[in-house]
Amino acid sequence: MVSKLLTSPLKAIKETAQSMKAKIDKRVKPEMKFPVRSLQNVKYRPNIGYFELGNKFKSRTLTYNTVKSFAQTLRMMSVSKTLIETDDFASKREMYYISKNWDEARFDEQPESDTVMDDIEALYMVNREQLGFIPEEKGGEVAGSLIVVDKDNDTGKTLKIDCTKFGSGAYSIPISVEHLNFETDAKFILVIETAGMFQRLVQHNYWKKANCILVSMGGVPTRACRRFIRRLSEEKKIPVYAFVDCDPYGIGNIYRTLKVGSGNAAHINQFFCVPDATFLGITPEDIKKYKLPTHPLKDVDIKRARDAVKNDPFFKHHKQWINAFDELLKMGVRAEQQALAKHGLNYVIDKYLPDKIKKPGDFLP
Amino acid sequence: MATRGKKKKNPQKSDKKESLQLSLALPGKLKPKMSLRTKPPSLRAKRSKPSEEIASSPSAPRNDKNAIARETVGIAEKLAKKQQAISVSEFFTKNRHLLGFDNPRKALLTAVKEAVDNSLDACEEARILPEIAVKIEPVKDQKDRFLITVTDNGPGIVKNQIPQIFGSLLYGSKFHSLKMSRGQQGIGISAAAMYGQITTGKPVKIISKTSSKKDACFFELRLDMKRNQPVVLKNEQMEWKLAHGTEVEFEIEGKYQKGRQSVDEYIRQTMIANPHCAMTYCAPDGEKLVYTRETAHLPPEPKEIKPHPYGVELGIFLRMLHGTTARNVKTFLQNDFSRISPKIAGAILKLAGVSHSQRPADIAAGNAEGIYRAIEQVKIMNPATDCLAPIGEASILKGLEREVKADFYSAISRPPSVYRGNPFIIEVGLAWGGEQSMEEPTTLLRFANRVPLLYQPGACSITRSVVTTDWKNYGLTQPRDSVPIGALTIFVHIASVWVPFTSESKEAIADYPEIKKEIRLALQECGRKLSTYLSHRRRAQEEGRKKGYIETYIPHIGEALREMLNFSEKEEQKIVTNLRTMLEKGKIHG
Repeated sequence: MVSKLLTSPLKAIKETAQSMKAKIDKRVKPEMKFPVRSLQNVKYRPNIGYFELGNKFKSRTLTYNTVKSFAQTLRMMSVSKTLIETDDFASKREMYYISKNWDEARFDEQPESDTVMDDIEALYMVNREQLGFIPEEKGGEVAGSLIVVDKDNDTGKTLKIDCTKFGSGAYSIPISVEHLNFETDAKFILVIETAGMFQRLVQHNYWKKANCILVSMGGVPTRACRRFIRRLSEEKKIPVYAFVDCDPYGIGNIYRTLKVGSGNAAHINQFFCVPDATFLGITPEDIKKYKLPTHPLKDVDIKRARDAVKNDPFFKHHKQWINAFDELLKMGVRAEQQALAKHGLNYVIDKYLPDKIKKPGDFLP
Repeated sequence: MATRGKKKKNPQKSDKKESLQLSLALPGKLKPKMSLRTKPPSLRAKRSKPSEEIASSPSAPRNDKNAIARETVGIAEKLAKKQQAISVSEFFTKNRHLLGFDNPRKALLTAVKEAVDNSLDACEEARILPEIAVKIEPVKDQKDRFLITVTDNGPGIVKNQIPQIFGSLLYGSKFHSLKMSRGQQGIGISAAAMYGQITTGKPVKIISKTSSKKDACFFELRLDMKRNQPVVLKNEQMEWKLAHGTEVEFEIEGKYQKGRQSVDEYIRQTMIANPHCAMTYCAPDGEKLVYTRETAHLPPEPKEIKPHPYGVELGIFLRMLHGTTARNVKTFLQNDFSRISPKIAGAILKLAGVSHSQRPADIAAGNAEGIYRAIEQVKIMNPATDCLAPIGEASILKGLEREVKADFYSAISRPPSVYRGNPFIIEVGLAWGGEQSMEEPTTLLRFANRVPLLYQPGACSITRSVVTTDWKNYGLTQPRDSVPIGALTIFVHIASVWVPFTSESKEAIADYPEIKKEIRLALQECGRKLSTYLSHRRRAQEEGRKKGYIETYIPHIGEALREMLNFSEKEEQKIVTNLRTMLEKGKIHG
């Protein structure tokens, strides 16, 4: 059964306001308790397969120092309440502009308002979309053997979107995916880092050959993209294979976030990660095996790799990943997905992917 | 000053000009002072012995020729002849820097300053609250020429003294009488008048009135610079507005420029140090400034004291020895110095192996030095310090408040102390904040015997003491080797019977450890008060700021809660009031 998000934080918001008022009426300083959002307060739970928030809380009592953020938090909650009640939404940027009506309590820069938003999210353990706030970023693109069941915004009629019918284009994942349903008989979902590789596979109808669904992440996957893949794979019981560059960023940031979520938003990771995803490639071993052209690791890559091995609870848990990173560091090089083009443009379709798909058991965890 | 003595061997009774030039070289020590006008008898006594006058006039340290002259009488005589050939005006022109007339701008300042200092001294000596008017007018159609008029309400000058005081350069000596006065500052009003005459050719005009029952005397004088004698051009009786007082008017070449070393600044600072004085100042640009009297409290009259033996140098000691009226050396020690009792005099002479009954004039140079050395070994009480007339903390505050618009003032008068046998008092005042700029370096106002020192701040012990004090301890910022920064005025006054200037030009105080220590202590004491004030102020500001901050955001909390819970505006007000009480009344920090 797919884990479900809190139905509505509306009640929770009202409760917070109610208890705060009660305290103030009694002349007791109100306080708010937020989970600490950082890697320090994150645990990797192998049995459930994602990052989970630890039990560290920061308690914010209303004092001189906190009065501004108290005011801002409450005002944003109030905005959220209105958004939910009116079934409207505001983008993160719009939220920032809404605050410009608050005189001295306004946010000077958007990161300030984003932080408060993340705090409220964590406070209620909800997704910001449920609070009525949506990100600016795109969700990702989909092509292949899949029908997405959506609703028409005006008529409420069911819409069936066939992801095989986009030609050389693709279906765009919406910002909120909770209402979607799926119909598919695909064998696996191939999640791809770069738009370039995705494009190649779409052009040559790889999905038809392999009977799969192609998803382009375009870098680190957004929450919507992760949620989409998670729901799709869980509901239709299809495995997820990640196909990214072989470098510390592709592995440590893109794949890690897809699989176990982000350290910074651990409060909602349980919904926004794909614990069953596995790592198809490109692996450090592939570099040798396929004699791929490489680039030397940059200082920042080396730092990122060492950091992952040392501090990341997910990689630390998997000996295979420690070995893979060691191997990468030993070779001192990285390779991109598109390096396979060295052997011919369609080598990836004709040889590399079919070879790999034959042995999913060999994929890295 | 050790080159004294030799003139004595070479008496020049008839040579008036010689004496004149000598005195010119020593602007500070021999000075024709207006203060003398109230004391004609003592004056006459001094003037009745011209040879003594010459012999006892101290030498200029820079006049090295005298040292050579001591060796050979013949050369000295030749030199004396040569000196006769130099006219006073020529000497003056060549040595104007010694007298404060280095450049046209400073000349204007010095001229005004001499006149004002004289007026203040005269008023105070006569126990009159001074009321002075200074007027500087540009002379029509003449570039860089000014007509200076200084009027005071002092005791006035006896008619037959007027020509001498304003018209001849050497008019009595104050060297022997140690007394705190502004006097040490310059060469005097006659020098200013002479400078005016040299640069413009115009005579000096004087009006003086000694009593409301009498008419005023009007004089127009020219200085005969060859003979150092006044030439009376006009002398009339006239009606005059004031009951008593003196007005002097002369024209000089100078330059008027505003700024730190301007006449304006001199007047302003003089008013800070002399809050008992009322002043009307008409600047050359037509601006008229009126300073009202801030206190009717006249500074106590300073007492004259005899030199303390520790403060006397060998050369001066020798001269005193030979100039004394005492019959024997023991009486000489007892009478001519302060703090020498018969017992101490006996101890000194015993140590020096000199007989009590010897006539002072007969004591051989070797023995004299023996006595001098013996003085250093005998413990002698510090000089009396009641001879000093400090400004006083209350008056310093009044003066500062009048001229510096600040938020905080403090002042301290140190107890008297002694350097080299000379008593002195250090007074310090601070004015912080107000209209002063937070970015500018501290304004340092230096005073010696109530006279502002506008030149050579870098060479002055006062500046050094301020710079070497650690102002960071008192909550100020201070760059290395510099005065602190920001909205501060520091007032430092040294009052002494003998202010140790670094040079003839009397612009900076010499570095005596005792003086520096006293300045430092006074600065620190004021600094501590400032620091207390600043921290209180900071706390108050911080609390005000916090209160405003809380006040800013509390309504937002009320509004947000109302939006979420849909309660009444009255309810919202209740919440805001409650929050305000909780946050502001309770611990504001958090």
